[in-house]
Amino acid sequence: MNDVPATPAPIVTSVPETKEIPAPAPARISIRRLEFFYGTNRALKGIDLDLPERQVTGMIGPSGCGKSTLLRVLNRMYDLYPGQRAEGEVLMDGSNLIAPGIDLNQLRSRIGMVFQKPTPFPMSIYENIAFGVKLHERLPKAEMDERVEWSLTRAALWEEVRDRLFTPALGLSGGQQQRLCIARTIAVRPEVILFDEPTSALDPISTLKIEELIDELKQDFTIAIVTHNMQQAARCADQVAFFYLGELVEVGSATQMFTAPKQKQTQEYITGRFG
Amino acid sequence: MSDETGHIVKSFEQELQRLRGLITDMGGMVERQVALAGTAILARDAEAASQAMEADARVDALEREAEQFVIRLLALRQPMAQDLRQIVAALKITGELERIGDYAKNAAKRSIVLAQFRLPFPLSGLGNMSRLVQENLKAVIDAIGEADVAKAEAVWRSDEAIDAIYNALFRELITYMMEDPRNITPCTHLLFIAKNLERIGDHATNIAEMVYYAGTGVPLPEGRPKGDGSAYAVVHPHAEEDVHPHAEDEAAHTQKDEGA
Repeated sequence: MNDVPATPAPIVTSVPETKEIPAPAPARISIRRLEFFYGTNRALKGIDLDLPERQVTGMIGPSGCGKSTLLRVLNRMYDLYPGQRAEGEVLMDGSNLIAPGIDLNQLRSRIGMVFQKPTPFPMSIYENIAFGVKLHERLPKAEMDERVEWSLTRAALWEEVRDRLFTPALGLSGGQQQRLCIARTIAVRPEVILFDEPTSALDPISTLKIEELIDELKQDFTIAIVTHNMQQAARCADQVAFFYLGELVEVGSATQMFTAPKQKQTQEYITGRFG
Repeated sequence: MSDETGHIVKSFEQELQRLRGLITDMGGMVERQVALAGTAILARDAEAASQAMEADARVDALEREAEQFVIRLLALRQPMAQDLRQIVAALKITGELERIGDYAKNAAKRSIVLAQFRLPFPLSGLGNMSRLVQENLKAVIDAIGEADVAKAEAVWRSDEAIDAIYNALFRELITYMMEDPRNITPCTHLLFIAKNLERIGDHATNIAEMVYYAGTGVPLPEGRPKGDGSAYAVVHPHAEEDVHPHAEDEAAHTQKDEGA
């Protein structure tokens, strides 16, 4: 009638690994023991993090926590500044991206970046996209036309600009400009796209369009997105990493991180109790 | 879990407090309603019965208020993590409390009919059951107010004892009915009353599960300790009680009375 054991069974204390956690994808980029210094200021402290292939990794944390620094390390933006250096490993296909001797042009064609504010060049819509492609490959006119159309289509902008490809890009709205920048990034067919607060300067509808776009782009690209908007991380990301004072405090599936984070600091930050 | 750090947005903190207040108010009201129903049955107190029945409207109104408030919080605050769990748990707890109120009302209603009969047997089993159910309900409502997951877990485990009394009572009442057909009407009402109390116990454990999840982020495991075997209870005429609890043809005798 009842087969209850005499002593109570122990309560399960771990979060059960349920189905909403995406199937483990192989890491496209593996970050190991990463340290970063602005001069003597240690901005990243022993970061270990995998960016799973064709998934979106959201990076959250208060200002100055190191999340943007991490993005800057991934495509070596910091190389432009003296006194900034990284230690450790950022592994992609077995090679360490932060080692000396890496071809930066090639690296940046494999790892593209979209910034907070749309940064179109003061040239036509078409040229904005062709410009970046020309840095990496020589394409005949017909193929370049195709590439421009492909990128604009993937960036959900083609229908809106197909009739004015040769008008100045600066005439586009903010949301359109940001999608143009995304088109420009994917035109060189990178493997990884880094988004640094891509919607913080956009209106809500443009924001949703970019989020929809990110969701589509992850079929082809591995994506990392830094955002201050927690709801955005919850909507877009498969995996979420929380940084604080240069440390990776917690990483987990978006579902776990936003319903039952394990660390107190994560809990306090995402519920708005930080500080 | 830690709740010592306040929300940066103070009005949200106040709203969360107000929600907790609504739930504990509703809990207190339901607790009283169940106590009144118990008095109505055991002391044949018609005044208590009508009070228990009247309280139901207020409980329902509080449920609607809490529900509206939760919808507002979800829409306007977009809560995360522990806040989200607390708010969703609050919504589900109000539903459970409302059901408990319904069962208390039903039991109180039956007590009025019951009072018309002279019972040739004591109601001590039902008295014990009523007391245990009220204890569990009180404990779980305290657990809500104090966000005490250990207390919630204790309630979750202790429902088994209520089920055991319910089983015994079930057999006892069937035996009285077999002894004298004049017992059939009051005993049938008593069976439903016992079932109502047993369901109240189950809903208290549901609340315990919500409190536990809201506090820890981890659900209690499936398969709560259960002891309700009344669905398999068979009492044979001319036989000692408990002789054949598992007769071959038990399916034919299976009795179920969900939702009296």
